[in-house]
Amino acid sequence: MQTQTNNKRTVVVGMSTCNIAAGAQEVYDLCRKTVEEKKLGVEVRITGCLGMCYAEPQVQIVEADGTRSLYCDVTAQRMGKIIDEHVVGGVPRAQWIAKYDEGETKDLMGKQRRIVLANCGVIDPEKIEDYLAVDGYKALRSVLEEKNPDKVIDALVKSGLRGRGGAGFPTGMKWKFARAEKGPKKYMICNADEGDPGAFMDRTTLESDPHAVLEGMAIGGFATGADEAYIYCRAEYPMAIARLYKAIAQAEERGFLGRNIMGLGFDFVIHIKEGAGAFVCGEETALMASIEGRRGMPRIRPPFPAQSGLFGKPTTINNVETWANVPWIIRNGWEAFAAMGTEKSKGSKVFALAGKIKRGGLVEVPMGITLGEIIHEVGGGTGTNRKVKAVQMGGPSGGCVPAELFHTKIDYDEVTRTGAIMGSGGMVVMDDTTCMVDIARYFLDFTQLESCGKCTFCRVGTKRMLEILTRICAGKGEESDIALLEDLAKQIKTTSLCGLGQTAPNPVLTTLRYFRHEYEEHIRDHKCRAGRCRSLCTFTITDACTGCLICARNCPVSCITGEKKTMHVINQKACIRCGVCRDFCKFDAVVVG
Amino acid sequence: MTIDLARVDAIVARKGEGPEMAIPVLQMIQDEFRYVPIEAIEHIAKTTQMTEAQLYGVATFFAQFRLTPVGERIIKVCHGTACHVGGAVGLTEAIEERLGVKTGENTPDMKYTLTSVACVGCCSLAPVVMIDSTTYGRLDRKKSVKVIDDLES
Ligand SMILES: Cc1cc2nc3c(=O)[nH]c(=O)nc-3n(C[C@H](O)[C@H](O)[C@H](O)COP(=O)(O)O)c2cc1C
Ligand code: FES
Repeated sequence: MQTQTNNKRTVVVGMSTCNIAAGAQEVYDLCRKTVEEKKLGVEVRITGCLGMCYAEPQVQIVEADGTRSLYCDVTAQRMGKIIDEHVVGGVPRAQWIAKYDEGETKDLMGKQRRIVLANCGVIDPEKIEDYLAVDGYKALRSVLEEKNPDKVIDALVKSGLRGRGGAGFPTGMKWKFARAEKGPKKYMICNADEGDPGAFMDRTTLESDPHAVLEGMAIGGFATGADEAYIYCRAEYPMAIARLYKAIAQAEERGFLGRNIMGLGFDFVIHIKEGAGAFVCGEETALMASIEGRRGMPRIRPPFPAQSGLFGKPTTINNVETWANVPWIIRNGWEAFAAMGTEKSKGSKVFALAGKIKRGGLVEVPMGITLGEIIHEVGGGTGTNRKVKAVQMGGPSGGCVPAELFHTKIDYDEVTRTGAIMGSGGMVVMDDTTCMVDIARYFLDFTQLESCGKCTFCRVGTKRMLEILTRICAGKGEESDIALLEDLAKQIKTTSLCGLGQTAPNPVLTTLRYFRHEYEEHIRDHKCRAGRCRSLCTFTITDACTGCLICARNCPVSCITGEKKTMHVINQKACIRCGVCRDFCKFDAVVVG
Repeated sequence: MTIDLARVDAIVARKGEGPEMAIPVLQMIQDEFRYVPIEAIEHIAKTTQMTEAQLYGVATFFAQFRLTPVGERIIKVCHGTACHVGGAVGLTEAIEERLGVKTGENTPDMKYTLTSVACVGCCSLAPVVMIDSTTYGRLDRKKSVKVIDDLES
């Protein structure tokens, strides 16, 4: 047995929800166990998510001089080898380590500019010392020492920071309105409801760098004159909530939150409220209703939250990512932030890449780069021999931007021009196996379920749209259906009170704009070219088949026959058209007929 | 079914009696009983400032609250956008077949409840299934069935 007690290397295991879903818990447990049993005297720490979810679980070995080796796709078995060879033996396993200056990792990281994600996957989110070591709470201290709220607001206005929760409202202006209101009681809210399915930057930020959000909120509280705040976090994020509780307790203990912060006379307390599963509660007035203990139904604005918000008091509400930008802007100056981006969209934006993309995960890029650069260069395209067909941006309020428009710049106004919206930054990439009518149907199913029911057109109109889309997907569409969809879309948009209804038709409108032929094919030719709508497709095996048996082995209804090395055949009568054979085929031998 | 109302009282005593506490109180009730028994709502309405209408209204508005008992384990299949594109429909079919129930139902032995969820924030590992508070990623039909088989063994 080895008894090396002064090994200066540190093992850092990525422990975020995504890392754990990929198997990090096993890696971490093995690591602790080995270090203890062999008395290696090595420190084992945790960190959040680096954004490279496609290569998780990840482990970093940090040398005494601070250099880091990033191991990707670590399994418990590999971890054992890494400990023996690298941690104990001092010999890194080069082929498992990501190299930042070449290949895939360079493509991924080269175009990124990290502000919000700077500490994610680097520091230990459960240790305030780590945050302090990277200049944490310095921005808050400088603001409290200067005692000039107007200057803070001025900096925010000049930075050009716009809300990252979807609508892109200038943050500095919002603060200015709240500051102008009479006190003494004002509130601050952090919107961590992250309802857009396909977006996960808020979860990652809260799990990986919670103090940055707390510090941003305290700065905002000081600037607007609020002394109490709520973080409204969706209940589906248990780890984010747990880390927030820990972070708040540590910050209070150190005097960065609570009464008389840093002895500088400012009080600021933060509470956590768990959401209870309603997409509409991401909308600010619905969110406040639910904090007050009511059904989360939006109300008419004005009055805006800045005038009459939570419990009828002036309230400033911003998104997680917006808050996380604030300390950086104060520390580095508004000029540095405003130097990045386009004329009207400054700074950087975090995007969540998912769907048919090679390097799925989180990336943070400067505003102004193109969609194509993000998807093809940073994200690596589909990673298969299929082509990217479109990217869905902005979730249920957004739309599908076709590959032909990938020259579009990341800029609030430019993206809006495509019919999609910047939204919170979810990007779900689609290839030719995704049916655009089915995607539109999927989103209407979502909004129809999530509509709070207050406005008739949103409540009933979305349901009618869903019915039409469902029948088109079932091959029962009628020629007049497209016009009917367009008419309903217009009416829902103009007669809904909140953003949910006003934007619910967007997924239908953008797919109709760019993929109308797919709707027409469904209706006229009873054909789904993507092979998703089961009533409208068949699968057949071509002579590209090598007889590898993979499809036959994975077919859930065992309807594929064939010997090894001979062409396989699908029994069309038994086939349920699930497409599993196509997903598994490595030779593109399964085609949609 | 009758429930132990003293447990309800303890929760109210911990969380508070004001109307703004409706959601946290119901969340804790659900943690305690694993669903929100209607008797608990009636009892809270009698003993606090919250009304039956408010509590029932809230409990039926938010997707999180369940008014009927659930199985020992709750399996949530993610039907967010990324998971949908990644084949959540197929996963659901496979799991439904494995458990012999449809989404929204409990298995007869009350071991499992199968439900769906709209994104658990692990979209880059889609398709994803969450069982209690553990998330399983990069699944397909076979792997999702294996996850359940592994729980059994
Ligand atoms: C239906 C609907 C859902 C929303 N969901 C969210 C959400 O999940 N997270 C969020 O930050 N903002 C969401 N918003 C936007 C908020 O109403 C609000 O504009 C935002 O929190 C303001 O913060 P920001 O200026 O920092 O973006 C949603 C809006 C609507 C209409
Ligand atoms: S879409 Fe399934 S985890 Fe986000």
